Amino acid sequence: MNVSLYVWQRATAAVMAPMILAHVVVIFYATRHGVTAADILARTCGNIGWGAFYALFVVAASIHAAIGMRNIVAEWSPLDDRGAGIAALIVGFVLLGLGLRAVAAVTLP
Amino acid sequence: MIARTARRPGHRTDLLWLAALLHRLSGLGLVVFLPVHFLTLGLALHSEARLESFLRWSDAPAVKVGEAVLMFFLAIHAFGGVRLLIMENLTWHEGQKRNAMLAALVATAVAIVFVVWVAC
Amino acid sequence: MTLQLKVSLWRGAETGRYQVFSIPQRENQTVLDVVTYVQRHLDPSLSYRFACRVGVCGSCAMTVNGRPRWTCRTHVSKVVRNGGLKIGPLENLPVIKDLATDMTRFFEKWRDARGAFIPTKTRHDETEAITPDSPARRAANAAIECINCGVCHAACDTVRWNESYLGPAALNRAWTLVNDVRDGGHRERLEAVAANGGCHTCHSHQSCQEYCPLALNPTASIAGLKRRTAQAWLKGEISARGRESTA
Repeated sequence: MNVSLYVWQRATAAVMAPMILAHVVVIFYATRHGVTAADILARTCGNIGWGAFYALFVVAASIHAAIGMRNIVAEWSPLDDRGAGIAALIVGFVLLGLGLRAVAAVTLP
Repeated sequence: MIARTARRPGHRTDLLWLAALLHRLSGLGLVVFLPVHFLTLGLALHSEARLESFLRWSDAPAVKVGEAVLMFFLAIHAFGGVRLLIMENLTWHEGQKRNAMLAALVATAVAIVFVVWVAC
Repeated sequence: MTLQLKVSLWRGAETGRYQVFSIPQRENQTVLDVVTYVQRHLDPSLSYRFACRVGVCGSCAMTVNGRPRWTCRTHVSKVVRNGGLKIGPLENLPVIKDLATDMTRFFEKWRDARGAFIPTKTRHDETEAITPDSPARRAANAAIECINCGVCHAACDTVRWNESYLGPAALNRAWTLVNDVRDGGHRERLEAVAANGGCHTCHSHQSCQEYCPLALNPTASIAGLKRRTAQAWLKGEISARGRESTA
């Protein structure tokens, strides 16, 4: 972990803090009101606002999680620094790929 | 090589060490959960009906408990993270143990409220 | 018939075992007294390190019932458990023999963190006027009393998990110099602690603060380093890549 990874991790955390609050509020609301798939998709389909919000959320989460996983792998597994870096990249790209696919799934018309 | 001569180190019952462990484990839990979450939402790519049938499956009580656990993980990781951001960027204040306890309490409350008031 | 205290002492080096001794328990007894008694009266082959016996040199730190402490300032009555004590060498350092560790790596980290003062003036220059209550001096003074006993380094799990981590003592020392306006090595020092294994590796467990016998707070010092290095890096003043060789 160096200053560059640190700044990226803390910055993505700061970006996500208010987004998590918004997301939790949305989840509470949706679960309480028993929304169906149709309800969700009716609100999100074609909605640029939702799309942008969650796309940014996914990008930030992917970066943040990748750096966090790098630390865990470096400290708790036998892999060396290079191995930890590779593991981090894999985690990051998997989350980014699946996440953006999911955002596309619910927002693209 | 460094010897491991002592028993399990005594500091592993210290509150702030446990807070850091919980922060790490909750982060790990979220990393494991997120792909599942994304794949579920991606079901909508196939059809609304598939997403709907999954949502109904997730009405089951066992799943609700799992969701409460995830809600706890998200809340504790976020609050713990905010505590770190404050500690690292503002003037140092004593009371880190108190802040860590507060974060854990609020996160637990969030999870309980979720499972009791929202999900049932 | 005096009460007896059961004492387990680590014997060996990387591998070894705990050897049990029975020693007379006294009303006022430090852990160092206990170790000394064993070496003088029961087993002269026991190896351990001490010097001042009064808590100013930092030589006698050991692991006592799972926690790193100065043995000269730890009363047996405060730490005894089930009528016994378990004493081992400090964690996170190679063991030379029995209770004595090899402190080389600990001091190498001090060097690697650039924990040495780089002078900028000669005797012909005017002395720098530093007021004791300037914010920088207060920050330095809060951290400067470290006697390099190794307790914080032994208590830190991040040191345990990460061979390249400079550790709380070295980084705490670097922080005192970062706040010293007379010092001429600021950029190199910030780069040294901004690189892999530097201050950003700290996870703020705060075990260092918890166990420091002088109640210093390396976590706070490291937080200060995180702020300074982040600012310097964002301004382009330092790179994240690496330290120059200090060997």
